[in-house]
Amino acid sequence: MTSITMEEESKLLIVLPGDQLPESGLMEDSSAAHRLTLGPGLAPMDDDSITAVKAGILKHNAVGNRWWVESNQRRYVAAQGESIIGVVTGKSAEHYKVDIGASQPALLGVLAFEGATKRNKPNHNIGDLLYCRVSMANKDMEAELECMNPTTGKADGFGELKGGFVIKISLGLARRLLDPKNLVLRLLGQHIPFEMAVGTNGKVWVNSASAQHTILICNAIRNSEYLNSAECGSMVKSLVEKM
Amino acid sequence: MRDADPSTNEREFLLAALKDGARIDGRKFYDFRTLRLTFGAEYGAVEVQLGNTRVLAKVSCEVIRPYTDKPTEGFLMFNTELSPMASAAFEVGRQTDEEVLVSRLIEKAMRRSRALDTEGLCIVAGEKVWSIRVDIHFLDHDGNLVDAACIAAITALLHFRRPDVTVVGEDVTIHTLEQRNPVPLSIHHIPICTTFAFFNNGERMIVDPTFLEEQVKEGDMTVTLNVHKEVCALSKAGGIPMEIDQILQCTKIAVVKVAEITAQIQAALEADAKKR
Repeated sequence: MTSITMEEESKLLIVLPGDQLPESGLMEDSSAAHRLTLGPGLAPMDDDSITAVKAGILKHNAVGNRWWVESNQRRYVAAQGESIIGVVTGKSAEHYKVDIGASQPALLGVLAFEGATKRNKPNHNIGDLLYCRVSMANKDMEAELECMNPTTGKADGFGELKGGFVIKISLGLARRLLDPKNLVLRLLGQHIPFEMAVGTNGKVWVNSASAQHTILICNAIRNSEYLNSAECGSMVKSLVEKM
Repeated sequence: MRDADPSTNEREFLLAALKDGARIDGRKFYDFRTLRLTFGAEYGAVEVQLGNTRVLAKVSCEVIRPYTDKPTEGFLMFNTELSPMASAAFEVGRQTDEEVLVSRLIEKAMRRSRALDTEGLCIVAGEKVWSIRVDIHFLDHDGNLVDAACIAAITALLHFRRPDVTVVGEDVTIHTLEQRNPVPLSIHHIPICTTFAFFNNGERMIVDPTFLEEQVKEGDMTVTLNVHKEVCALSKAGGIPMEIDQILQCTKIAVVKVAEITAQIQAALEADAKKR
């Protein structure tokens, strides 16, 4: 267990589980707010100090004095509000059982779709790929999903994904792909038109005009995990030239 | 926890891509994945990486009493246990169908083909023989466990050195590693398995299937050959029926692959021998 002084906060700060962050140091940064918001990877301890519980990079956002740890793992833990890609593994009268890559399958209500009523239900088969939103998740129960925006009731892109191919990647890479400025996707989009859906559970669905292109895009995404911007550019160029 | 079946999208995409002439990972139909051999510090420990599939083989030996009806034959035992480390579908203690097939294939390929000379393991007839044990651990399952396990097993046996033994009359001295250099086992030939998976009503054959390809396949066949073009074992358990000319074509492809892999194994062994 080590203590971290806050002089290092301007540099890239890597924390390991068990590292203590002095609370006074964290409050210094924002004079106006007296509140502290802890995101994933940080937990308050009994003696009023804050300990990192995941390994990763400590990040800070001055808005609302938010602190969190950006970590990476492959196994997904359901969290409310996240958009994920799931595979239907079972059907019952009230729910679909959907595999989302977590330790338990999740439940998707049969009526949790846009414009669904008891008379007019969508019919999904086992093996179908769905893009859903996690409506409820806690560690004691199976997660619950829905295929619509809860406030508007519209589909908003959720629902069945037809065709294409889906690959499994790490959760950190999936979060980076959601960044609108992501380099690999921009470079690929300059050469090949494609559509894709990113699930924060580490699944990415890609669809393009031909199977060759889809395979190329999937391999490029997988390879881009540990490459920096220059290496990304040359990787995409070499893959496109081989086509 | 059984592995979830692949989604319909993945299944249809893989089959459509195969019809078009492409494999998901960009390989050609008859290409093996990159084979990497890493030797441990001790003799007889080797880790094989075939793409993402990882298998570890470890050889050990001990002196025991032979069977009374076979007084001059040593023992060769293979222990293959698929643990949940390789894949969530495997459970400790419960043997799945795949596990049974893998262990049977390795026994057939290595033991029945007499790759290892068991008579050469005799020390004193009727009293002391060497018992060689090969433990195969599956670390990661990304398809084609059989080929990886076979390469690991035979490479470990080639790499292994047993203690030297001197027999003077009834007196048997087993020299320690410090007293005398250990002695390699006498291996007659190097059997290598090549697994084919069939798709498209038997029209499309591919070599070295990945995990997804194995889940979607219609049938499979494993051909075990050595460099001298001798068939050590041929296993086709269930799956779609195949024509004779397709089977012969598979063996022709396997001959080429076996030559490449045997050359790679021997190069790796030589490089390792130089390092010691």
